[in-house]
Amino acid sequence: MIEGLAAIYIFMLAGFTGYEIISKVPVILHTPLMSGSNFVHGIVLVGAMVALGIAETTTQQIIGFIAVLLGAGNAVGGYVVTERMLEMFRPSDKKTKGEDS
Amino acid sequence: METLIQAAYLIAAALFILGLKQMSSPVTARRGILWAGAGMVLATLATFMSPQILDSDQVSINIILILIAIALGGGYAWYSGKKVAMTDMPQMIAMYNGMGGGAAAAIAAVELIKASNEAAHDVTGSATVADMLGADVAVLGILGAIIGTISFSGSIIAWAKLDGRLNRSKLLPMQHIINALLAIVTVGFAVAIYFTNSIDTIIIFYLLALVLGIFITVPVGGADMPVIISLFNALTGLAVGFEGYVLGNAAMIIAGIVVGSAGSLLTQLMAKAMNRSVANVFFAGVGTDAAAASGDGIEGVMKEIQAQDAGILMSFASQVVIIPGYGMAVAQAQHKIWELTQILTEKGVNVKFAIHPVAGRMPGHMNVLLAEAGVPYDMIYDMEDINADFKNTTVALVIGANDVVNPSAKSDSSSPLFGMPILDAIDSDNVIVIKRGRGTGFSGVENPLFFADNTKMLFGDGQKAASELIQAVKEL
Repeated sequence: MIEGLAAIYIFMLAGFTGYEIISKVPVILHTPLMSGSNFVHGIVLVGAMVALGIAETTTQQIIGFIAVLLGAGNAVGGYVVTERMLEMFRPSDKKTKGEDS
Repeated sequence: METLIQAAYLIAAALFILGLKQMSSPVTARRGILWAGAGMVLATLATFMSPQILDSDQVSINIILILIAIALGGGYAWYSGKKVAMTDMPQMIAMYNGMGGGAAAAIAAVELIKASNEAAHDVTGSATVADMLGADVAVLGILGAIIGTISFSGSIIAWAKLDGRLNRSKLLPMQHIINALLAIVTVGFAVAIYFTNSIDTIIIFYLLALVLGIFITVPVGGADMPVIISLFNALTGLAVGFEGYVLGNAAMIIAGIVVGSAGSLLTQLMAKAMNRSVANVFFAGVGTDAAAASGDGIEGVMKEIQAQDAGILMSFASQVVIIPGYGMAVAQAQHKIWELTQILTEKGVNVKFAIHPVAGRMPGHMNVLLAEAGVPYDMIYDMEDINADFKNTTVALVIGANDVVNPSAKSDSSSPLFGMPILDAIDSDNVIVIKRGRGTGFSGVENPLFFADNTKMLFGDGQKAASELIQAVKEL
């Protein structure tokens, strides 16, 4: 499906993309961004689902189950903490309005 | 159907990249995580339609198992993520990251065991894992397995250390040499998996990699933990990308590699901000043994100030710059400090927050803590943006910070801090330092700033001192 040269192209371009995204980030967002990228590799859940979905023996089912369990934890946990952090970043105009009232 | 699923993965990958892009600006950051979240939901739903899963002999039981595992893992993570305090965020990220690494390693385990079973029952009788998977898939699968496993056990150690559950900094004598030997043996078993079809080899390989992750992380000092967590984050990304290749899943490859490269850069930025190299973090005895050095020959005495006088000084200032450190968060003083800021602003004082890159427990952590207290992000300045401004500052208020304002980092080449970029609080007309006692900071280095002519010390607990300041300012 994705083989040889095509895979190398994907690897390379994805690598550049990641570098490009981070290189312009202000320090204030480092922690949320680390958390955000932590959430993004939660996509491992999808692979874990396939691994469990195609499992044939009990051993494979057990390991696959652990994979989905951990992958779901990564995705959901990563999302919740990132969202909680970013929700708090507000510019000052909103705040001052809130206090005046 | 297959095309539809691939299209869904493609859209998900695009949403991840756009989401991360938006997360790199505070204005759009909130939207960024929502987009990335939508991508994740889309990819997950599409996977349920996957013919790989639906054509399996055990489709019904496997789908039920998938649903149970998602409910359990997701439910736990949802609950713990909602509950965790903002100060504990770094170890929570480490935990979720470790789970991702473990998932990648487990995917590899399923594939490797399957291949080794097939190889063992092959008619030729001498088939290997590599024959079954193909050289490229086998190599990347095993690489992902080793990286994911190290990231898994290492992240859990990082979580335990930051959470105060593990204080050991050393397991064995000659730890580094043992680690190196262990790494070589682990790689040896990794190579052996490729050339054999033995299940035992796979099991021993995973155990070794687990131990290796533990051994690598245990000696790392608390202050360097953010760098390690960030590195493990990048490693998990790589492992996910590699396993994505094994499964022929484009979304996993793209998302994994993007995180791998972004995480590597982030790790370097963090290490640089802390004045350490990534290699240093792993191989040097950290911070702790630097304590004895330097500190002598500081002239002058600490001058104390009462909250009353400090309040007057700040009320009539034209500009006040607040320099918070992790000590402020420990004392839970950030809400009081924000209250103080609001009162001062009403009095016409220009108040700014100056954040050192390593304030808090990882770069950007202090911003999160201030944001939680309600401080808007446009009052918060990075080191580069504020340093020139200290000359125009009437009062620099240092609360819970120490090493990040230590001028010996600039002037004293014998100081362990030498070379670390600092906030030039000493350039302001007055410096007020809120501090619990007269001791040294995290690094154990004396701070000449505290003895400077323009510095006054306000001794006391951060929260109490801040309340007294509010009282003093209000009374005027």
